[in-house]
Amino acid sequence: MTAKKNISSKIKFRIGISGFFKGLVILFAFSCVIPLLFILFYIIQAGASKIKWSFLIHDELSDSAGILHAILGSFEIVIFASLISIPIGILCGIFFSENKGSKFTYWSRLAVDILQGVPSVVVGVIAYAWLVRPFHQPSAIAGSIALAIMMLPIIIRSTEETLNLLPDSLREAGYALGLPFHRVVLKVIVPCGISGILSGVMLSIARVAGETAPLLFTAYGCTFLSNDITKPMETLPHLINKFATQGDPKVLDMAWGAALILLFWVLLLNIFTKLITRKWKVQL
Amino acid sequence: MESTIIKSVGYNAYFGDNHVVKNVNMEIARNKAIAVMGPSGCGKTTFLRGINRMHELIPGATANGQILLDGEDVLEMHPIFVRLKIGMVFQRPNPFPNLSIYDNVIAGYLLNGIKLPKSEKDIIVEKSLTKVALWNEVKDSLVKKGSFLSGGQQQRLCIARAVAMEPEVLLFDEPTSALDPISTSTVEDLFHELKRNYTLIIVTHNMQQAARVSDLTAFFYMGELVEYDDTKVMFTNPKDTRTQNYITGRFS
Ligand SMILES: Nc1ncnc2c1ncn2[C@@H]1O[C@H](COP(=O)(O)OP(=O)(O)O)[C@@H](O)[C@H]1O
Ligand SMILES: [Mg+2]
Repeated sequence: MTAKKNISSKIKFRIGISGFFKGLVILFAFSCVIPLLFILFYIIQAGASKIKWSFLIHDELSDSAGILHAILGSFEIVIFASLISIPIGILCGIFFSENKGSKFTYWSRLAVDILQGVPSVVVGVIAYAWLVRPFHQPSAIAGSIALAIMMLPIIIRSTEETLNLLPDSLREAGYALGLPFHRVVLKVIVPCGISGILSGVMLSIARVAGETAPLLFTAYGCTFLSNDITKPMETLPHLINKFATQGDPKVLDMAWGAALILLFWVLLLNIFTKLITRKWKVQL
Repeated sequence: MESTIIKSVGYNAYFGDNHVVKNVNMEIARNKAIAVMGPSGCGKTTFLRGINRMHELIPGATANGQILLDGEDVLEMHPIFVRLKIGMVFQRPNPFPNLSIYDNVIAGYLLNGIKLPKSEKDIIVEKSLTKVALWNEVKDSLVKKGSFLSGGQQQRLCIARAVAMEPEVLLFDEPTSALDPISTSTVEDLFHELKRNYTLIIVTHNMQQAARVSDLTAFFYMGELVEYDDTKVMFTNPKDTRTQNYITGRFS
Protein backbone atom coordinates (compact mmCIF):
# COMPACT_ATOMS: atom_id res chain seq x y z
CA MET A 1 0.00 0.00 0.00
CA THR A 2 2.72 2.45 1.00
CA ALA A 3 4.70 1.52 -2.07
CA LYS A 4 1.81 2.49 -4.29
CA LYS A 5 1.35 5.77 -2.43
CA ASN A 6 5.03 6.46 -2.86
CA ILE A 7 4.83 5.95 -6.60
CA SER A 8 1.80 8.13 -7.05
CA SER A 9 3.33 10.99 -5.07
CA LYS A 10 6.49 10.62 -7.12
CA ILE A 11 4.49 10.80 -10.33
CA LYS A 12 2.71 13.92 -9.09
CA PHE A 13 6.08 15.47 -8.34
CA ARG A 14 7.27 14.61 -11.85
CA ILE A 15 4.21 16.06 -13.45
CA GLY A 16 4.92 19.24 -11.51
CA ILE A 17 8.52 19.31 -12.73
CA SER A 18 7.36 18.65 -16.27
CA GLY A 19 4.96 21.59 -16.10
CA PHE A 20 7.69 23.81 -14.73
CA PHE A 21 9.97 22.80 -17.61
CA LYS A 22 7.31 23.49 -20.17
CA GLY A 23 6.83 26.96 -18.74
CA LEU A 24 10.57 27.56 -18.83
CA VAL A 25 10.81 26.51 -22.48
CA ILE A 26 7.95 28.77 -23.47
CA LEU A 27 9.44 31.65 -21.49
CA PHE A 28 12.81 31.32 -23.21
CA ALA A 29 11.25 30.87 -26.62
CA PHE A 30 9.30 34.05 -26.05
CA SER A 31 12.33 35.90 -24.78
CA CYS A 32 14.02 35.23 -28.14
CA VAL A 33 11.27 37.14 -29.88
CA ILE A 34 11.41 40.12 -27.54
CA PRO A 35 14.63 41.65 -28.91
CA LEU A 36 13.25 41.45 -32.44
CA LEU A 37 9.98 43.07 -31.44
CA PHE A 38 11.88 45.69 -29.52
CA ILE A 39 14.15 46.51 -32.47
CA LEU A 40 11.21 46.64 -34.84
CA PHE A 41 9.21 48.86 -32.52
CA TYR A 42 12.08 51.22 -31.85
CA ILE A 43 13.14 51.60 -35.46
CA ILE A 44 9.58 52.09 -36.65
CA GLN A 45 8.97 54.67 -33.95
CA ALA A 46 12.15 56.56 -34.71
CA GLY A 47 12.10 56.19 -38.47
CA ALA A 48 8.45 56.23 -39.49
CA SER A 49 8.18 60.02 -39.44
CA LYS A 50 10.87 60.15 -42.10
CA ILE A 51 9.10 57.95 -44.60
CA LYS A 52 7.77 60.29 -47.27
CA TRP A 53 8.52 60.62 -50.94
CA SER A 54 10.65 63.68 -50.34
CA PHE A 55 12.89 61.63 -48.06
CA LEU A 56 14.08 59.82 -51.13
CA ILE A 57 15.53 62.77 -52.98
CA HIS A 58 15.71 65.72 -50.61
CA ASP A 59 15.39 66.06 -46.87
CA GLU A 60 14.12 69.49 -45.86
CA LEU A 61 14.90 69.24 -42.17
CA SER A 62 18.58 68.57 -42.56
CA ASP A 63 18.69 70.11 -46.02
CA SER A 64 20.63 67.21 -47.47
CA ALA A 65 20.23 64.88 -50.42
CA GLY A 66 17.73 62.09 -49.81
CA ILE A 67 18.58 58.45 -49.62
CA LEU A 68 17.49 57.32 -53.07
CA HIS A 69 21.08 57.15 -54.28
CA ALA A 70 21.93 54.85 -51.36
CA ILE A 71 18.95 52.56 -52.02
CA LEU A 72 19.79 52.26 -55.69
CA GLY A 73 23.46 51.86 -54.88
CA SER A 74 22.68 49.05 -52.48
CA PHE A 75 20.52 47.36 -55.10
CA GLU A 76 23.18 47.67 -57.73
CA ILE A 77 26.00 46.40 -55.55
CA VAL A 78 23.95 43.47 -54.28
CA ILE A 79 22.83 42.58 -57.81
CA PHE A 80 26.42 42.49 -59.04
CA ALA A 81 27.44 40.48 -55.99
CA SER A 82 24.65 38.00 -56.82
CA LEU A 83 25.68 37.78 -60.47
CA ILE A 84 29.14 36.77 -59.33
CA SER A 85 28.29 34.48 -56.42
CA ILE A 86 25.14 32.65 -57.56
CA PRO A 87 26.60 30.73 -60.52
CA ILE A 88 29.87 29.96 -58.76
CA GLY A 89 28.12 29.02 -55.52
CA ILE A 90 25.55 26.74 -57.12
CA LEU A 91 28.09 24.98 -59.33
CA CYS A 92 30.39 24.51 -56.37
CA GLY A 93 27.53 23.12 -54.27
CA ILE A 94 26.66 20.69 -57.08
CA PHE A 95 30.28 19.63 -57.29
CA PHE A 96 30.46 18.93 -53.55
CA SER A 97 27.25 16.94 -53.59
CA GLU A 98 28.23 14.90 -56.66
CA ASN A 99 31.74 14.14 -55.36
CA LYS A 100 31.00 13.36 -51.75
CA GLY A 101 33.82 10.96 -51.03
CA SER A 102 36.77 12.71 -52.62
CA LYS A 103 39.64 14.26 -50.69
CA PHE A 104 39.45 17.37 -52.80
CA THR A 105 35.82 17.87 -51.76
CA TYR A 106 36.75 17.37 -48.12
CA TRP A 107 39.40 20.07 -48.15
CA SER A 108 37.39 22.47 -50.31
CA ARG A 109 34.41 22.08 -48.04
CA LEU A 110 36.60 22.82 -45.05
CA ALA A 111 37.83 25.95 -46.83
CA VAL A 112 34.25 27.03 -47.47
CA ASP A 113 33.37 26.53 -43.81
CA ILE A 114 36.34 28.63 -42.77
CA LEU A 115 35.37 31.30 -45.30
CA GLN A 116 31.96 31.45 -43.69
CA GLY A 117 33.64 32.21 -40.38
CA VAL A 118 35.86 35.00 -41.70
CA PRO A 119 34.71 38.31 -40.16
CA SER A 120 33.14 40.61 -42.69
CA VAL A 121 35.58 43.39 -41.93
CA VAL A 122 38.44 41.08 -42.90
CA VAL A 123 36.74 40.35 -46.20
CA GLY A 124 36.48 44.10 -46.67
CA VAL A 125 40.18 44.60 -45.97
CA ILE A 126 41.11 41.84 -48.42
CA ALA A 127 38.92 43.35 -51.12
CA TYR A 128 40.54 46.67 -50.38
CA ALA A 129 44.01 45.22 -50.78
CA TRP A 130 43.14 43.40 -54.02
CA LEU A 131 40.78 45.73 -55.75
CA VAL A 132 40.96 49.20 -54.30
CA ARG A 133 44.63 49.84 -53.67
CA PRO A 134 45.88 48.63 -57.06
CA PHE A 135 43.45 50.99 -58.83
CA HIS A 136 43.90 53.84 -56.35
CA GLN A 137 40.14 54.27 -56.12
CA PRO A 138 37.26 52.77 -54.16
CA SER A 139 34.71 51.21 -56.47
CA ALA A 140 31.26 49.70 -56.33
CA ILE A 141 32.53 46.55 -58.02
CA ALA A 142 35.09 46.03 -55.25
CA GLY A 143 32.18 46.20 -52.81
CA SER A 144 30.21 43.71 -54.91
CA ILE A 145 33.11 41.29 -54.90
CA ALA A 146 33.50 41.62 -51.12
CA LEU A 147 29.80 40.85 -50.69
CA ALA A 148 30.01 38.01 -53.22
CA ILE A 149 32.74 36.40 -51.12
CA MET A 150 30.43 36.58 -48.13
CA MET A 151 27.52 35.10 -50.07
CA LEU A 152 29.48 32.17 -51.50
CA PRO A 153 29.67 29.90 -48.45
CA ILE A 154 25.97 30.32 -47.72
CA ILE A 155 24.96 29.44 -51.28
CA ILE A 156 27.44 26.58 -51.55
CA ARG A 157 26.44 24.87 -48.33
CA SER A 158 22.70 25.28 -48.82
CA THR A 159 22.95 23.96 -52.39
CA GLU A 160 25.03 21.02 -51.26
CA GLU A 161 22.78 20.17 -48.35
CA THR A 162 19.65 20.45 -50.48
CA LEU A 163 21.05 18.16 -53.17
CA ASN A 164 22.31 15.65 -50.62
CA LEU A 165 18.75 15.19 -49.42
CA LEU A 166 17.55 14.14 -52.88
CA PRO A 167 17.35 10.35 -53.16
CA ASP A 168 19.89 8.59 -55.39
CA SER A 169 17.00 6.92 -57.16
CA LEU A 170 16.33 10.22 -58.96
CA ARG A 171 19.83 10.34 -60.41
CA GLU A 172 19.53 6.69 -61.38
CA ALA A 173 16.21 7.30 -63.10
CA GLY A 174 17.98 9.93 -65.18
CA TYR A 175 20.99 7.81 -66.02
CA ALA A 176 18.81 4.81 -66.88
CA LEU A 177 17.12 6.93 -69.55
CA GLY A 178 20.49 7.57 -71.16
CA LEU A 179 21.00 11.09 -69.85
CA PRO A 180 24.60 12.29 -69.72
CA PHE A 181 25.95 13.63 -66.42
CA HIS A 182 25.36 17.30 -67.18
CA ARG A 183 21.74 16.67 -68.09
CA VAL A 184 21.15 14.60 -64.98
CA VAL A 185 22.44 17.54 -62.98
CA LEU A 186 20.73 20.35 -64.88
CA LYS A 187 17.45 18.64 -65.77
CA VAL A 188 16.86 16.35 -62.80
CA ILE A 189 18.90 17.24 -59.73
CA VAL A 190 18.74 21.03 -59.88
CA PRO A 191 15.02 21.30 -60.75
CA CYS A 192 14.15 18.91 -57.92
CA GLY A 193 16.22 20.88 -55.43
CA ILE A 194 15.40 24.31 -56.80
CA SER A 195 13.44 25.50 -53.80
CA GLY A 196 16.27 24.75 -51.39
CA ILE A 197 18.85 26.27 -53.72
CA LEU A 198 16.82 29.44 -54.17
CA SER A 199 16.17 29.78 -50.50
CA GLY A 200 19.92 29.64 -49.87
CA VAL A 201 20.44 32.30 -52.53
CA MET A 202 17.78 34.58 -51.07
CA LEU A 203 19.04 34.15 -47.53
CA SER A 204 22.55 35.00 -48.66
CA ILE A 205 21.22 38.18 -50.28
CA ALA A 206 19.31 39.09 -47.15
CA ARG A 207 22.44 38.40 -45.16
CA VAL A 208 24.72 40.74 -47.11
CA ALA A 209 22.18 43.45 -47.90
CA GLY A 210 22.81 44.95 -44.49
CA GLU A 211 26.57 44.40 -44.33
CA THR A 212 28.55 47.55 -43.66
CA ALA A 213 32.07 46.44 -42.89
CA PRO A 214 32.94 44.97 -46.31
CA LEU A 215 31.76 48.18 -47.96
CA LEU A 216 33.57 50.65 -45.73
CA PHE A 217 36.78 50.65 -47.73
CA THR A 218 35.51 49.22 -51.01
CA ALA A 219 32.35 50.89 -52.31
CA TYR A 220 33.11 53.61 -49.81
CA GLY A 221 30.10 55.85 -50.41
CA CYS A 222 29.34 59.08 -52.20
CA THR A 223 26.77 61.85 -51.90
CA PHE A 224 25.04 61.64 -55.27
CA LEU A 225 23.42 59.13 -57.58
CA SER A 226 26.06 57.18 -59.46
CA ASN A 227 25.82 54.30 -61.87
CA ASP A 228 29.47 53.79 -62.56
CA ILE A 229 30.52 50.57 -60.90
CA THR A 230 34.17 51.50 -61.14
CA LYS A 231 33.56 54.54 -58.95
CA PRO A 232 32.54 54.81 -55.30
CA MET A 233 28.86 54.24 -54.65
CA GLU A 234 26.62 54.90 -51.67
CA THR A 235 24.80 52.05 -49.96
CA LEU A 236 22.16 52.01 -47.25
CA PRO A 237 24.26 50.45 -44.48
CA HIS A 238 27.13 52.78 -45.23
CA LEU A 239 24.82 55.79 -45.28
CA ILE A 240 23.33 54.78 -41.94
CA ASN A 241 26.79 54.42 -40.50
CA LYS A 242 27.80 57.84 -41.81
CA PHE A 243 24.65 59.63 -40.68
CA ALA A 244 24.53 58.01 -37.28
CA THR A 245 28.05 59.08 -36.43
CA GLN A 246 27.83 62.72 -37.53
CA GLY A 247 26.39 63.97 -34.24
CA ASP A 248 23.72 66.18 -35.84
CA PRO A 249 20.29 65.06 -34.47
CA LYS A 250 18.55 65.93 -37.75
CA VAL A 251 20.97 63.75 -39.67
CA LEU A 252 20.57 61.07 -37.03
CA ASP A 253 16.85 61.06 -37.79
CA MET A 254 17.69 60.34 -41.41
CA ALA A 255 19.76 57.39 -40.25
CA TRP A 256 16.67 56.04 -38.47
CA GLY A 257 14.59 56.45 -41.60
CA ALA A 258 17.21 54.70 -43.70
CA ALA A 259 17.48 51.94 -41.10
CA LEU A 260 13.75 51.40 -41.33
CA ILE A 261 13.93 51.03 -45.08
CA LEU A 262 16.88 48.65 -44.87
CA LEU A 263 15.10 46.60 -42.26
CA PHE A 264 12.01 46.30 -44.40
CA TRP A 265 14.04 45.32 -47.40
CA VAL A 266 15.66 42.47 -45.46
CA LEU A 267 12.32 41.49 -43.97
CA LEU A 268 10.72 41.40 -47.41
CA LEU A 269 13.57 39.26 -48.72
CA ASN A 270 12.99 36.80 -45.91
CA ILE A 271 9.25 36.64 -46.48
CA PHE A 272 9.79 36.29 -50.20
CA THR A 273 12.21 33.43 -49.52
CA LYS A 274 9.60 31.61 -47.46
CA LEU A 275 7.05 32.08 -50.22
CA ILE A 276 9.15 30.77 -53.09
CA THR A 277 10.46 27.95 -50.98
CA ARG A 278 6.93 26.83 -50.38
CA LYS A 279 5.73 27.48 -53.91
CA TRP A 280 8.58 25.74 -55.70
CA LYS A 281 9.01 22.88 -53.30
CA VAL A 282 9.08 19.62 -55.23
CA GLN A 283 7.10 16.95 -53.41
CA LEU A 284 9.36 13.92 -53.42
CA MET B 1 13.78 -19.79 -84.65
CA GLU B 2 15.09 -18.19 -81.45
CA SER B 3 17.65 -15.46 -81.74
CA THR B 4 19.99 -14.47 -78.97
CA ILE B 5 19.73 -10.85 -77.90
CA ILE B 6 21.98 -10.82 -74.85
CA LYS B 7 24.93 -13.02 -74.18
CA SER B 8 27.02 -12.70 -71.07
CA VAL B 9 30.51 -14.16 -71.46
CA GLY B 10 32.69 -14.52 -68.38
CA TYR B 11 31.18 -11.44 -66.81
CA ASN B 12 32.59 -10.34 -63.43
CA ALA B 13 31.57 -7.41 -61.28
CA TYR B 14 33.32 -5.96 -58.26
CA PHE B 15 32.80 -3.38 -55.55
CA GLY B 16 36.40 -2.47 -54.88
CA ASP B 17 37.98 -5.80 -53.98
CA ASN B 18 34.66 -7.44 -53.28
CA HIS B 19 33.98 -9.86 -56.14
CA VAL B 20 30.17 -9.99 -56.23
CA VAL B 21 29.32 -11.38 -59.67
CA LYS B 22 31.53 -14.29 -60.68
CA ASN B 23 32.14 -15.46 -64.21
CA VAL B 24 28.57 -15.39 -65.43
CA ASN B 25 27.86 -17.06 -68.76
CA MET B 26 24.29 -16.73 -69.90
CA GLU B 27 22.44 -16.49 -73.15
CA ILE B 28 19.10 -14.74 -73.41
CA ALA B 29 16.74 -15.15 -76.33
CA ARG B 30 14.70 -12.33 -77.81
CA ASN B 31 11.16 -11.72 -76.55
CA LYS B 32 11.47 -13.95 -73.54
CA ALA B 33 10.91 -13.15 -69.93
CA ILE B 34 13.83 -14.20 -67.76
CA ALA B 35 13.48 -14.38 -64.00
CA VAL B 36 16.62 -13.91 -61.92
CA MET B 37 16.32 -15.42 -58.48
CA GLY B 38 18.57 -16.01 -55.52
CA PRO B 39 19.02 -15.18 -51.86
CA SER B 40 19.66 -11.61 -50.74
CA GLY B 41 23.12 -10.34 -51.50
CA CYS B 42 23.87 -12.95 -54.13
CA GLY B 43 24.53 -10.34 -56.79
CA LYS B 44 21.23 -10.23 -58.71
CA THR B 45 20.98 -6.46 -58.66
CA THR B 46 24.63 -6.04 -59.45
CA PHE B 47 24.41 -8.36 -62.46
CA LEU B 48 21.28 -6.60 -63.71
CA ARG B 49 22.89 -3.19 -63.37
CA GLY B 50 25.92 -4.51 -65.19
CA ILE B 51 23.82 -5.20 -68.27
CA ASN B 52 22.99 -1.52 -68.84
CA ARG B 53 26.22 -0.16 -67.38
CA MET B 54 24.54 1.30 -64.30
CA HIS B 55 26.88 -0.70 -62.08
CA GLU B 56 29.84 1.54 -62.78
CA LEU B 57 28.01 4.63 -61.49
CA ILE B 58 28.83 3.49 -57.96
CA PRO B 59 32.25 4.75 -56.89
CA GLY B 60 34.78 1.91 -56.82
CA ALA B 61 32.61 -0.45 -58.86
CA THR B 62 34.29 -2.24 -61.75
CA ALA B 63 33.45 -5.03 -64.17
CA ASN B 64 35.11 -7.20 -66.80
CA GLY B 65 34.20 -9.90 -69.27
CA GLN B 66 31.67 -9.37 -72.02
CA ILE B 67 27.99 -8.69 -72.26
CA LEU B 68 26.97 -8.86 -75.88
CA LEU B 69 23.87 -7.05 -77.05
CA ASP B 70 23.09 -8.19 -80.59
CA GLY B 71 26.71 -9.27 -80.78
CA GLU B 72 28.12 -5.93 -79.64
CA ASP B 73 29.89 -5.76 -76.28
CA VAL B 74 28.09 -3.26 -74.07
CA LEU B 75 31.24 -2.87 -71.98
CA GLU B 76 32.87 -1.37 -75.05
CA MET B 77 29.93 0.80 -76.07
CA HIS B 78 29.23 4.26 -74.73
CA PRO B 79 26.96 3.79 -71.69
CA ILE B 80 24.44 6.29 -73.04
CA PHE B 81 23.78 4.17 -76.14
CA VAL B 82 23.57 1.05 -74.00
CA ARG B 83 20.97 2.65 -71.74
CA LEU B 84 18.90 3.84 -74.66
CA LYS B 85 18.70 0.24 -75.89
CA ILE B 86 18.28 -1.34 -72.48
CA GLY B 87 15.69 0.31 -70.26
CA MET B 88 15.45 -0.17 -66.52
CA VAL B 89 12.76 -0.17 -63.86
CA PHE B 90 13.81 0.07 -60.23
CA GLN B 91 12.72 -1.49 -56.99
CA ARG B 92 11.10 1.68 -55.71
CA PRO B 93 8.99 3.65 -58.17
CA ASN B 94 11.00 6.77 -59.04
CA PRO B 95 8.98 9.06 -61.31
CA PHE B 96 10.47 12.54 -61.67
CA PRO B 97 8.62 14.47 -58.96
CA ASN B 98 9.02 17.79 -60.77
CA LEU B 99 7.41 16.57 -64.00
CA SER B 100 3.80 15.96 -64.94
CA ILE B 101 2.58 12.47 -65.77
CA TYR B 102 2.72 13.40 -69.45
CA ASP B 103 6.29 14.70 -69.21
CA ASN B 104 7.33 11.71 -67.14
CA VAL B 105 6.39 9.38 -69.97
CA ILE B 106 8.44 11.30 -72.52
CA ALA B 107 11.17 12.17 -69.99
CA GLY B 108 13.74 10.24 -72.00
CA TYR B 109 13.19 12.59 -74.93
CA LEU B 110 12.40 15.71 -72.96
CA LEU B 111 15.37 15.61 -70.62
CA ASN B 112 17.70 14.58 -73.40
CA GLY B 113 16.74 17.70 -75.30
CA ILE B 114 15.15 15.79 -78.19
CA LYS B 115 12.43 18.02 -79.62
CA LEU B 116 9.33 16.23 -80.88
CA PRO B 117 6.20 17.73 -82.42
CA LYS B 118 3.22 17.81 -80.05
CA SER B 119 1.30 15.27 -82.12
CA GLU B 120 4.12 12.78 -81.93
CA LYS B 121 4.50 13.29 -78.20
CA ASP B 122 0.78 12.70 -77.74
CA ILE B 123 1.06 9.44 -79.64
CA ILE B 124 4.05 8.25 -77.62
CA VAL B 125 2.36 9.12 -74.34
CA GLU B 126 -0.90 7.39 -75.19
CA LYS B 127 0.81 4.34 -76.64
CA SER B 128 3.20 3.92 -73.73
CA LEU B 129 0.55 4.44 -71.07
CA THR B 130 -1.75 2.03 -72.86
CA LYS B 131 0.98 -0.59 -72.92
CA VAL B 132 1.27 -0.40 -69.14
CA ALA B 133 -2.51 -0.35 -68.65
CA LEU B 134 -2.42 3.10 -67.12
CA TRP B 135 -3.96 5.19 -69.89
CA ASN B 136 -7.56 4.88 -68.76
CA GLU B 137 -6.66 5.73 -65.19
CA VAL B 138 -4.66 8.87 -65.90
CA LYS B 139 -5.81 10.18 -69.26
CA ASP B 140 -7.73 13.00 -67.59
CA SER B 141 -4.94 14.01 -65.25
CA LEU B 142 -1.90 14.00 -67.50
CA VAL B 143 -0.86 17.45 -66.29
CA LYS B 144 -0.73 16.38 -62.66
CA LYS B 145 2.60 15.55 -61.10
CA GLY B 146 3.68 11.92 -61.24
CA SER B 147 4.06 11.81 -57.49
CA PHE B 148 0.28 12.15 -57.06
CA LEU B 149 -0.24 8.59 -58.24
CA SER B 150 -0.39 5.54 -56.02
CA GLY B 151 2.70 3.37 -55.68
CA GLY B 152 1.47 0.83 -58.19
CA GLN B 153 0.52 3.52 -60.68
CA GLN B 154 3.88 5.20 -60.20
CA GLN B 155 5.64 1.96 -60.96
CA ARG B 156 3.60 1.51 -64.14
CA LEU B 157 4.43 5.11 -65.03
CA CYS B 158 8.10 4.22 -64.66
CA ILE B 159 7.61 1.23 -66.93
CA ALA B 160 5.85 3.49 -69.45
CA ARG B 161 8.78 5.89 -69.24
CA ALA B 162 11.17 3.07 -70.10
CA VAL B 163 8.87 1.69 -72.82
CA ALA B 164 8.52 5.12 -74.44
CA MET B 165 12.19 4.99 -75.43
CA GLU B 166 11.50 1.85 -77.50
CA PRO B 167 14.36 -0.14 -76.00
CA GLU B 168 15.11 -3.73 -76.96
CA VAL B 169 15.49 -5.03 -73.45
CA LEU B 170 13.79 -4.05 -70.20
CA LEU B 171 15.46 -4.72 -66.88
CA PHE B 172 13.36 -4.96 -63.73
CA ASP B 173 14.91 -5.00 -60.27
CA GLU B 174 12.32 -6.45 -57.89
CA PRO B 175 9.71 -4.22 -59.51
CA THR B 176 6.89 -5.26 -57.22
CA SER B 177 8.62 -5.57 -53.88
CA ALA B 178 7.40 -2.11 -52.82
CA LEU B 179 3.85 -2.64 -54.09
CA ASP B 180 0.63 -3.97 -52.63
CA PRO B 181 -0.72 -7.33 -53.87
CA ILE B 182 -3.23 -5.84 -56.29
CA SER B 183 -0.69 -3.54 -57.93
CA THR B 184 1.69 -6.47 -58.00
CA SER B 185 -0.68 -8.59 -59.98
CA THR B 186 -1.39 -5.71 -62.37
CA VAL B 187 2.32 -5.34 -63.03
CA GLU B 188 2.70 -9.10 -63.43
CA ASP B 189 -0.03 -9.10 -66.05
CA LEU B 190 1.95 -6.49 -67.94
CA PHE B 191 4.91 -8.76 -68.36
CA HIS B 192 2.95 -11.07 -70.65
CA GLU B 193 1.98 -8.08 -72.76
CA LEU B 194 5.45 -6.50 -72.82
CA LYS B 195 7.11 -9.74 -73.84
CA ARG B 196 5.73 -9.40 -77.36
CA ASN B 197 7.91 -6.38 -78.05
CA TYR B 198 10.70 -6.55 -75.56
CA THR B 199 13.02 -8.95 -73.85
CA LEU B 200 12.43 -8.83 -70.11
CA ILE B 201 14.91 -9.60 -67.37
CA ILE B 202 13.19 -9.58 -64.01
CA VAL B 203 14.97 -9.87 -60.69
CA THR B 204 12.54 -11.20 -58.17
CA HIS B 205 12.54 -12.42 -54.65
CA ASN B 206 9.21 -14.03 -55.09
CA MET B 207 9.25 -17.58 -56.42
CA GLN B 208 5.57 -17.64 -57.31
CA GLN B 209 6.12 -14.53 -59.34
CA ALA B 210 9.05 -16.09 -61.16
CA ALA B 211 6.94 -19.14 -61.89
CA ARG B 212 4.01 -17.05 -63.11
CA VAL B 213 5.75 -14.59 -65.37
CA SER B 214 8.95 -16.05 -66.72
CA ASP B 215 9.89 -18.40 -69.54
CA LEU B 216 13.32 -19.08 -68.15
CA THR B 217 14.75 -18.74 -64.69
CA ALA B 218 18.30 -18.09 -63.61
CA PHE B 219 19.36 -18.96 -60.09
CA PHE B 220 22.24 -17.01 -58.57
CA TYR B 221 24.04 -18.06 -55.44
CA MET B 222 26.94 -16.15 -53.88
CA GLY B 223 27.66 -14.33 -57.10
CA GLU B 224 27.61 -17.39 -59.33
CA LEU B 225 25.02 -18.36 -61.87
CA VAL B 226 24.23 -21.79 -60.50
CA GLU B 227 21.52 -22.89 -62.85
CA TYR B 228 19.66 -21.48 -65.80
CA ASP B 229 16.86 -23.34 -67.48
CA ASP B 230 13.22 -23.35 -68.49
CA THR B 231 11.17 -22.06 -65.59
CA LYS B 232 9.13 -25.28 -65.53
CA VAL B 233 12.25 -27.38 -65.30
CA MET B 234 13.75 -25.13 -62.65
CA PHE B 235 10.74 -25.48 -60.42
CA THR B 236 10.00 -29.13 -60.99
CA ASN B 237 13.33 -30.71 -61.65
CA PRO B 238 16.30 -28.52 -60.70
CA LYS B 239 19.66 -30.17 -61.19
CA ASP B 240 21.76 -28.36 -58.62
CA THR B 241 21.22 -29.10 -54.94
CA ARG B 242 21.55 -25.38 -54.12
CA THR B 243 18.67 -24.61 -56.46
CA GLN B 244 16.64 -27.40 -54.89
CA ASN B 245 17.32 -26.07 -51.45
CA TYR B 246 16.31 -22.58 -52.44
CA ILE B 247 13.13 -23.63 -54.16
CA THR B 248 12.06 -25.82 -51.32
CA GLY B 249 12.65 -22.91 -48.98
CA ARG B 250 15.59 -24.30 -47.08
CA PHE B 251 17.26 -20.89 -47.28
CA SER B 252 15.97 -17.58 -48.49
N1 LIG C 1 26.78 0.08 -53.36
C1 LIG C 1 27.47 -0.99 -52.93
N2 LIG C 1 28.72 -0.82 -52.45
C2 LIG C 1 29.44 -1.88 -52.01
N3 LIG C 1 29.00 -3.14 -52.01
C3 LIG C 1 27.76 -3.38 -52.48
C4 LIG C 1 26.94 -2.31 -52.96
N4 LIG C 1 25.75 -2.83 -53.36
C5 LIG C 1 25.84 -4.15 -53.13
N5 LIG C 1 27.04 -4.49 -52.61
C6 LIG C 1 27.48 -5.85 -52.25
O1 LIG C 1 27.36 -6.67 -53.37
C7 LIG C 1 26.75 -7.89 -53.04
C8 LIG C 1 25.62 -8.17 -53.99
O2 LIG C 1 24.63 -7.21 -53.80
P1 LIG C 1 23.33 -7.16 -54.70
O3 LIG C 1 23.73 -7.32 -56.12
O4 LIG C 1 22.62 -5.93 -54.34
O5 LIG C 1 22.54 -8.44 -54.19
P2 LIG C 1 21.02 -8.83 -54.44
O6 LIG C 1 20.40 -7.85 -55.37
O7 LIG C 1 21.09 -10.21 -54.99
O8 LIG C 1 20.38 -8.84 -53.10
C9 LIG C 1 26.30 -7.80 -51.60
O9 LIG C 1 27.08 -8.67 -50.85
C10 LIG C 1 26.56 -6.40 -51.19
O10 LIG C 1 27.21 -6.39 -49.94
MG1 LIG D 1 18.78 -6.50 -55.05
